[in-house]
This record gives sequence, structure tokens and C-alpha cells, in this order.
Amino acid sequence: MSDKIGVRSLPAGIAGVSVGQIERRVGADEAPALAPNARLRCIGQPTARINGHAKVTGQATYTVDVKLPGMLHARILRSPYPHARILALDTGPAECAPGVRAVHVIEHPIGRAIEIDAAPQSGPAGRELRYVGDPIAAIAAITPAAAQAALERIRIEYQPLPFVIDIEAARKADAPRVFDHTVRTEVFGGPATQLPQHGNVHGPDASASRGDAAAGLAGAEVIVEGEFRTQVQTHCCLEPHALVADWRDEGLTVYISTQFTAGIRAELAAALGLPLARVRVVVDAMGGGFGSKSRIGNDVLAAVALSRAALAPVRLVLARDEEQIDSGNRPATVQHIRAGARRDGTLTAVAIEAYGTAGVALGAGVGNFAQSIYDCRDFSLEQSDVFINAGPGCAMRAPGNVPGAFAYEQIIDELAERLALDPLALRERIDSSPVRREERRIGAERFGWSRRQPPGSAPGVHKRGLGMAQSHWPALVHTNCACEVRILRDGSVEVRSSVQDIGTGIGTVLAQVVAEELGLTPGEIVVRIGDTNFPAGPPSYGSRTTASLTPPARNAAYQALRKLLAAIAPTLDTTPEKLTMRNGRINTADGRHSIDFREAARRLSTEQIGAVASRSDDYGGFGRRTGDFAFARNALGGVQFAEVTVDTETGRVRLERVLAVHDCGRPINPRQIESQVHGGILQGISYALFEERILDAHTGHMLNANLEQYRILRSREAPAIEVHVLENYQGNSATDAYGIAEPAIIATAPAIANAVYNAIGVRMRTLPMTPAAVLSALGRLPQRS
Amino acid sequence: MVMRGNTSPHARSRTPCVTGEAVGPGAVPITLEVNGILRALPVCPGATLAEVLRDQLQLTGTKIACDRGACSACTVRLNGTPVCSCMVLAIEVNGAKIDTIEGVAGETLHPVQAAFLEHDAIQCGFCTPGLIMSCVALLESTPHPSEEEVKAALGGHLCRCGTYPHVIAAVLHAAQTSKRRP
Ligand code: FES
Ligand code: FES
Repeated sequence: MSDKIGVRSLPAGIAGVSVGQIERRVGADEAPALAPNARLRCIGQPTARINGHAKVTGQATYTVDVKLPGMLHARILRSPYPHARILALDTGPAECAPGVRAVHVIEHPIGRAIEIDAAPQSGPAGRELRYVGDPIAAIAAITPAAAQAALERIRIEYQPLPFVIDIEAARKADAPRVFDHTVRTEVFGGPATQLPQHGNVHGPDASASRGDAAAGLAGAEVIVEGEFRTQVQTHCCLEPHALVADWRDEGLTVYISTQFTAGIRAELAAALGLPLARVRVVVDAMGGGFGSKSRIGNDVLAAVALSRAALAPVRLVLARDEEQIDSGNRPATVQHIRAGARRDGTLTAVAIEAYGTAGVALGAGVGNFAQSIYDCRDFSLEQSDVFINAGPGCAMRAPGNVPGAFAYEQIIDELAERLALDPLALRERIDSSPVRREERRIGAERFGWSRRQPPGSAPGVHKRGLGMAQSHWPALVHTNCACEVRILRDGSVEVRSSVQDIGTGIGTVLAQVVAEELGLTPGEIVVRIGDTNFPAGPPSYGSRTTASLTPPARNAAYQALRKLLAAIAPTLDTTPEKLTMRNGRINTADGRHSIDFREAARRLSTEQIGAVASRSDDYGGFGRRTGDFAFARNALGGVQFAEVTVDTETGRVRLERVLAVHDCGRPINPRQIESQVHGGILQGISYALFEERILDAHTGHMLNANLEQYRILRSREAPAIEVHVLENYQGNSATDAYGIAEPAIIATAPAIANAVYNAIGVRMRTLPMTPAAVLSALGRLPQRS
Repeated sequence: MVMRGNTSPHARSRTPCVTGEAVGPGAVPITLEVNGILRALPVCPGATLAEVLRDQLQLTGTKIACDRGACSACTVRLNGTPVCSCMVLAIEVNGAKIDTIEGVAGETLHPVQAAFLEHDAIQCGFCTPGLIMSCVALLESTPHPSEEEVKAALGGHLCRCGTYPHVIAAVLHAAQTSKRRP
């Protein structure tokens, strides 16, 4: 393709405020400027999900529904101890159990912190198990029951070791060590500098600090301060982690419930020493991930090893308790924040000390929320990971920023009160984002923010309160991302990418974008996704799928159309540059010929033509690039308002209403966006009020490893939700679209906490805000000894 | 010290019905009327209705998410009543009439299914078949439910993606469209 650069004039600005034009220099292969949504046919429309029919009729094939001939069933043996050493392990009795076809021992588990200079261990003996549920071995048999029965025959001699599951206890110098050696530091999206480790404390990482926070605080006119605690939340995808591994001489095929087919392929190829071309990863319908199905885990490697050993496909589906114990979680945090300001509201300094625990993994930080959202010259953030003997945490919807915002947006609320400023007025001073300014304006008006009364002033037993908080999330783009569009001779069109639809509706979005470009309707586009046989698409995490994939989808459609015009120009006695496409018809410049798309395709001399396009850089460049992805220059915002009633006799918090105003660049499918915002808000309410992993102090077992005592929000607790989405044009790519999933959850818990404070005049600094926690904050619980 | 064990107690509690090993009584023949069709089949005494539908009758539209009655993803209708099929042993319901998601649509989608599509009451869709079974049953017993009645009918269902607002809107809409029919 050509390297020529052209200049495009693209829409820029917020629809309804002012949309002007911005000039961008772009590659000649880029599709022409796209008008604002009001002038488009498919993009910006609430098109129904293309896989919706399959989902409402029960026809959709999820990984748990995949059945292959001769398929075996695997189960995993897990540690009953929070900390133990394996002294001896004998799989012999299991190997000859009825129905057993293969046994695999997990010697080098993945998905946790890695000790740098631990002595190499060979064989299972000597391996340390570090949490209840730590996988030990897996068995494939002809039925799940046979595999389960055979697990009981594995003979293991354990040496139980001292353990620690409480974050405060784990920080003490004499606490039992989770790891004997220093672990390798990992940093999201940046170069890792090895951090210090003392006992179970890894860190602090102070790389986000700038200026001199101590001096800034010393010079502040007002200081607010608080300690905030957030709990461990589990993902609770309704479809459990599941895969069918099918190892054959010609290569490995894995059907897996995953958020990233191309990433799983790359990880498997690297782990097994196979060429990428010999690994195929497939997912059709996918039952939720929320971060927990991003990478390969011990379950995946075990199923592949069993399939290789048994020479048969092996199915492995985690049971619900395994899901809760060992499929990742959102780490717990403790954050101490001091914020200083001048009387006019200027934020002069912020100092945050945070520690958190992701069990035996790293990654319990507080994200980039506090460091990025508001103007503040002197800022310090010192964050550390604390290891405990619990299952590894992993990314969960807006990792870091969810607990980070819970604390920081409450401190800002507190600061506003101390300065006698409205929380919105304070943000006008400290928040330089013009997008969030508009979101606050719209939100305040539609929510009726002026109804808000002074904190704790509501009369009666049921106290009503209003609160708000803001979102901030980097706009990420996966640059290693491609899409193919094919035009077939009968006029049918295929769009192909390995991208997976985890429930966000990316397939529908692709159909809309391609249909727009080709003058067709979304229903005419055949969407083929969820298979690494297609060009490698982006992951479904980091709110980056739409931002990454829709520009190459549109460009591929544009380029395929160019090829079609070039191929048929001679049949119309003209040259390609004299052909134009309008409203699905191809016209010659002299107006003598006009044919529709299907007729044009029929004139092809080959069965199909097509084009593959890769994600080009954002037109204005990226803020920062790291590996396969980049940070766009502008972040994603969002503002949420919550109305609660607090029953001061029972301590129950009831959400009455949530109003959310968000931005995601150019919205492609407003109805699917609304669905995702609902999801973010409802998960945020659930996090704020109900959810918490509870570990038994004496045994390290999770006491609520299920879906009834691990409480998540149900329909009766869902409030009225209103969603408004801005059209925010920035002239950044062929579609100018960004993501929404993560911004939608970040502001929810702090908006609720601020509303609860407004209702009862007492701050809830610990999650979840259960009735007991609220009563205790109100001083209405008798002290327990 | 020699210890054995694993951390999936509920998985262990199932009666194994292992081919080639004599554990408990063998499979027992039963008949079920599934989506209007009479099916005769042998079932292991420990097999749940959900397992039998999915594994023996290939009706995989019924989903298992918790396998112990906490989420209602596995909802089917047993003689008309919505039940969690993971909490019913197949052997207990010999002779019963079972309706699953696969039997809801006729020539065209059921109004509830059509409303789910139109209102985008679907995200990942794993909870959706169970929700639709409960909503269809609701509209048969209560053709014009209030919003509170809809919420109550969905009370036992978990949707982690957060489709509840669109599900409620869809059911209310489906009730209205059927109102207009004679
Ligand atoms: S799977 Fe039956 S209730 Fe959850
Ligand atoms: S749509 Fe995903 S769980 Fe309900």
C-alpha cells in the first residue's frame, strides 16, 4: 500500500456544544473523513446485536457447550492448605483408576509472582503450595466423575507451613513469609525497575510522584486526610473458565472462554515452543470475563498437557468454588491520603500511601486515577504489594482505578465541604478536562443536583442523600491489531478478525462500520470473529477493543471497495478515479452509468477480493506507546450522580437512582453502550454494598466460595439508571471511536459513598458498605469484645 | 502426615456414575416430555436434570453457572413452573413435562425473546436463557405485570453483566405488545 500522506479535515468537538474541523495529515490508505453521526446511516444507530437471535434461542455455542468426538474430562487437585510443602507425590494409584486416560502434575505454576533466585526445583517434591486451592495436578478421564474420583487416589505427603492471610499481619516483620525470595517486579505498561522487598512487602513504587508533596502540604491552607479500605472482589463471570484442548500432530486447537484469542495463541505458542501457525484458538459465544479471562492459566496448560498425553481432546471447566478461589480477583487496598489546598480550591499537594494485596500475585496498586485526574503540582504516591496466602489477583474491570477513585473522590468531596464549595464547583477549579466539564453540566441539570441538602440534614429514619464522583481512564489502543474485509462475487461481504465478543457486541459494531462504508445495511455483513485463523484482533480488555479494531475495519472496507472499483472500471468504459460510490450505488463521473453494489460485485473476474488493514497510529499521534499498545493523547472521562436512602435503623443503603454521563469518542452503537454502562454501574453498586471475599483466619479457606454467600447485586437492588453519552469528536482515527466498559464502573462506588455521607453526615471509608458497617459508623452497634 | 483432598466439595459430593466401575445403582430408564417430544432415556441416579438436558439430550441452551441453586441460569419449566434444573435430579421427574429455551420460539420468536433483542437485554447472554424461561412463565401467569412484579420474578436470577434494566424494560414491553393482540 502507498505511503503517501494526505490532509483530511475531520470533525472535532462535542456534539451539541460545538463541532468544528481539525486538519490531520493521514496516510493515503485511510478512509475519507467521516461525518458526525447525525449524518450517517449505520454508525450511531442502535442496531440490534447480530448474535442476539442465537443468544435468546439457546443456539449460541459457548465454550462449555463444545463437544468433540472422543472428548475427555479433566479435574484439578488443589491444595487443602494455605501454605505447605509437598514432600512426596505419587500419581500411580490414580493412573490405574477406572476411566483415567492421563495424569499431569503441575510443577511450575504460573499466574503469580515469580521469585528471582529460588533454587530450581525438579519434580513435584519440594514445591511450595501457597494458598488453599493452589493447583497440584490434573487428571483426564472419560467422565468428570471418573476424573474427580481418581483425584482422590493421588497420594500426597504435605508439610504444612505457617501462613498469613491478613494484610496487616502480613506487613509485620515477623510474619510468616509467603515467598522466601524477592520476586520480580512487574509494571503495567512500563519498564520494570526492580523494587525492594522486605518480608511480605514488595515496594514501594513511587514512580508516579512529581514535585515536592511534603513542601506543598506544608504550604497548604487547608488539609484533609483519611484512610480508606477496599475489599477483595471476585469476577463471578457466569460462564466459568472453560476450555477444550485438542492436541494433534498437525497442531494444537484450543476452544476457550477467553478475552483475547490472539494473546492466548501467542502465550501457548511461547509456552509450548510451537510456531504461532500451529496453534489455533477459537471462541464463539463467551459468557463474561471482566479481566479474569485475559491470559493462560494453570488450567489451560494442564488441559493442553493432558490432551497431548492422552491423544484426545480434553475439556476442563472450573466448578464455581474453583472460580471463586482460583480464577483471579480484584485486590484489596488500604490507602492513606492527605490533600492540601488553598482557600480558593487550588489543589496544592497530594500525598498517598497505599498498600494492597493480590494474594500471591503482584498488581494491588491504585491505578493512575489520583495522579492524572486533577491538576496538582506536588504529588506523591507510594504504593506497595503485600503478599498473603490467598489466590492470585488479576485485572478486574478498571484495575487500580476502581479502589483508587473510591478513596480519592471521597477526599475531594471532603475538601469541597471544608472549603464550603459545592463538589461540582471545586471540580471546576481543579479539573481541566473540557469533556468532564460538559458532563458535569449535563449531569447536574438532569439529575437535579440543586436539590442536594447539607450533609446529615435529612430528617427522619430514612435519610436521603445525593452524591457525585468522576471517572478517569486512559484511552488505550492495541496497535497489533488487524481486520480483513472480503467482497464476494454475489455481493456478500465478510469482515474477519480474531477478536472475541465477550458480551460487548463488537461483532455488531464491526458490521455497522463496514456497512456504512460499503453503502449496505449491517444485516448484510457476515461477521466472522473469535478465531485466530482470521487476522489477529485486539483483546477485549482495557476498554480498547472498539478503539483498536473499528479503524482498520473501516479502512479495510474502504480499500476493498477501491479494489472493486478498479476491477470493474473497464466494464463501465471508465477509469477507477472517475467512479464514485453514493448511497450504495456506484456512478460514473459523466452520470451515464449507475449500478448497485451487488451488480458491481457480479462483474468481478475472481470469486472474491479483499483487503487487510492494520491499526494505524492515532492521527495526532499517541501520548505514549508500550509494546503492542499505546495510550491515546486524551483520556476517557465520565461523571456519575447517585441518590440513596439510608435506613438509619437497619443500616441498609438503598440506591434510588444513578445518572451517568460518559464519553467514548464517537459512539458507534448507543444501545450497546448503554448496556455496558448499566453493567459498570451495577457492578459498581455491587462492589460498594455487597461483595467481599471472606477467608477463614484459622484455615485460609474461602468461606463464601459460591454465589449465595458471596453476595452480588440482584434485580431488586438495581436502581433507576439514566445514561447520557456524549459524541466527542477528536479527529483521531478512521472511526474516532474509543471504549466505555471501564470508565463506567470507576465513579460508581465513590458517588454512592459521597451520597451516603450526604445522607447521614458520616463518611464510609471502608468497603463494602454493609448494614453492619453503616450502623457501626453511626455508632449504633454495641462494641464487640 | 499424609493428607488427601481438593477444594471442590460440591463436585465431590456427586454420586459417581463411572463407566467400568460399579458405584451405586446403574442408570435407570425414565421418560420425559421435552419441548413437546417424548424422550425415553437412561439416567444415572445422581444426574441432575440440567446435566441430562445438556449432556444426554444435547440441549445446551440451558446453562449451568453455580450448580447449586444460587443463580437460576439453569432455569427450565417443570410442568409449567420455572425451576433450577441443577437442583432437580432427573430420576425424580420421571414422566414430567419439561420446557427449555430451545422450545420457546415457534415459527417466529416469542414476544419475550423479540423484546430481549429489541431492548438489548443481552450482553454475554449466559444468564439469558434462564431469564427468558422465567419471564415467559411470568407473562403466562401475570399477563400485565407491574415493574415490581417483574423484578420479583427475576429476583432469583443473577446477571453479572448487568442486563436487569433492559430485561425489565423488555418484559414490560412484551406485556404491552401482547395486550394489543385480541
Ligand atoms: S446453575 Fe442452577 S441455579 Fe445456578
Ligand atoms: S448477560 Fe452476562 S450474565 Fe447476564
